[in-house]
Amino acid sequence: MNGDYAIEAQGLSKHFGNLKAVDSLDLKVPRGQIYGFLGPNGSGKSTTIRMLCGLLTPTEGSATVLGTHIPGRARDLRPRIGYMTQKFSLFGDMTVLENLQFISEIYSYPRTDRKARIEELLVRYDLTEQRRQMAGTMSGGQKQRLALACAVLHKPNLLLLDEPTSAVDPQSRRDFWANLFRLAEGGTTIMVSTHYMDEAERCHRLAILDRGVKVADGTPQHLQATTGMHVIEVLAEDPYAAQSAIHDLAEVASVTQLGVRLRVLISERFDQPLEIVESALTRAGVRAESIISSATLEDVFVAVTMGPEERAA
Amino acid sequence: MISLSRMGAIIRKEVRQLRRDRLTFGMVFGLPIIQILLFGYAINTDVRNLHAAVADQANTSLSREFVADVEATQVVRFVDQAETPAELEAMLRRGDISIGVFIPPDFDRRVVDQTRSAVHVLVDGSDPTVLGVAAQLRNVPVQFGSGSQRQAVELIETRAYYNPERRTPVNIVPGLMGVILMMTMMLFTAVAIVREKERGNLELLINTPVSSAELMIGKVTPYVLIGLLQLGLILGVGRLLFDVPVRGSVLDLYIAGTAFIAAKLSLGLLISTAVRTQFQAMQMTVFILMPSILLSGFMFPFAGMPQVAQFIGEVLPTTHFIRLTRGIMLRDASLFELTPDFLYLVGFTVVAMTIAALRFTKRLD
Repeated sequence: MNGDYAIEAQGLSKHFGNLKAVDSLDLKVPRGQIYGFLGPNGSGKSTTIRMLCGLLTPTEGSATVLGTHIPGRARDLRPRIGYMTQKFSLFGDMTVLENLQFISEIYSYPRTDRKARIEELLVRYDLTEQRRQMAGTMSGGQKQRLALACAVLHKPNLLLLDEPTSAVDPQSRRDFWANLFRLAEGGTTIMVSTHYMDEAERCHRLAILDRGVKVADGTPQHLQATTGMHVIEVLAEDPYAAQSAIHDLAEVASVTQLGVRLRVLISERFDQPLEIVESALTRAGVRAESIISSATLEDVFVAVTMGPEERAA
Repeated sequence: MISLSRMGAIIRKEVRQLRRDRLTFGMVFGLPIIQILLFGYAINTDVRNLHAAVADQANTSLSREFVADVEATQVVRFVDQAETPAELEAMLRRGDISIGVFIPPDFDRRVVDQTRSAVHVLVDGSDPTVLGVAAQLRNVPVQFGSGSQRQAVELIETRAYYNPERRTPVNIVPGLMGVILMMTMMLFTAVAIVREKERGNLELLINTPVSSAELMIGKVTPYVLIGLLQLGLILGVGRLLFDVPVRGSVLDLYIAGTAFIAAKLSLGLLISTAVRTQFQAMQMTVFILMPSILLSGFMFPFAGMPQVAQFIGEVLPTTHFIRLTRGIMLRDASLFELTPDFLYLVGFTVVAMTIAALRFTKRLD
């Protein structure tokens, strides 16, 4: 085993024809942590996860997962990783119990302990009442709990979750994350992809992917502290007028509207961001209040995924 | 190394899902019964009662007796009368009749004159079967009075082996066994795997320790049993309704059946690795189904087909299986006498299964 990292990847790439779905990705995922993968749809999150569990062969590069080299020995890895697919992939025409039994057999879970383990999971993931229900007829949240129960049944060291919360309500998402933290405390390394900022914020560390390239990597706090951008929050009666007054300024990298507030990003190269914004608003005759704010993860995301010409602004 | 417990898990899951899929489960038993009734009663190469019309311009006692004799063969049934050959032709064109019989005014004289034909038979030759049947009419004798002797010298005597009553089902049912098994086995496996692909189950399965061999064998095994059940069902119904015999060994028949089922299942697996949706799987199945029905010797005698058709037929497993079933059931042949056909099925299975397994491991890429 190589020490402190569950996953180490160097130059991992996957090309589909001319499309570089993942482009020279370097990753270090520490053991026992929740590692987030943040990025818009099509940024290469699923492709990376599929390469890491051996479903796809990398075009270039390689990775060591739990001390096992891939590509090549992915099969040896299967008993030690759990994988939850983006789409519900259990058997809809079998009951909750039958699905769990099937998974326990497929993973050759010790026969004598199977029943106890399944009972434990039913209780832990709040599925005792649904045990005889066909999996296909359950709600999104219940399906997701069943999928997680099946993914962890064989007690894997590493859990790969591909957008696990994309089809569930906010309450189910909160409960789901509580479960993830409990698993991480138990020593399981978890890699989870998401496009929700609030979920990304909960991760111990995270990487931001944009069009196949990793554009940022670190703890959420670290990322927020190192955006390289000033953040100005503008509170205006007419946010639309305020936006048009600021938007075209050469210094402004981006303006995002959040209700009546605008979040304005200005490169740290400019010394007096507040004055730049205020004078533009005054010139345009827009009444507004501007304050310096600290970066949220959303600001980080906007900052790191913008094109180079916008960033240079 | 194949884990029996993992394979068992796949088999149990497959059976469980199959039991819950009412439609498919019904197809397993409903399809063979419906097909055998349909084919058994509808297909009849022993043609009778073709619609005919007669234009009897002679209208003598001799000609009327001849017309009665023709109708007595049951080959044709006179549904209309005409005055002239032209009228007969018009009826043919309209499709009212398939055969027109024209008797010229000097019929009585022509009968004794060996150099001229006494009767003209107009046939809708667009269907060669009708043409063949019309040829039988040549043998209808013309008799002068009841006392006069028929001059008949038969050079060739035909002895019909195996199916002396010339009943079509006797030949159809053993062939139908191949066609029905082919349909269900190939379609069920192709669809069973593609369905998991469509529903996303496959992505989950690939990520578990289950190997492709375990998965494939596990998925296919329940269908082997279903195939053997269907075989028994077809035999039983064939026996009960159509009195189709099994003159050879039933064990031989089951061994041949197992080989054929295996060949068709591997073909189904192979299809499933090549397509992405259940609809495509259906299309591919039909693509193979048509030549298997037409070129396997099921519908037409194999040796009579053009060279190219025979070549294609030889490739299809159904051709070989139909030879085996007809041999064993009708001619009391043993599997040893039919070794080449049996070996072809085994070889086909090995090749198709190997390609399918190789292709399957590469799936997600």
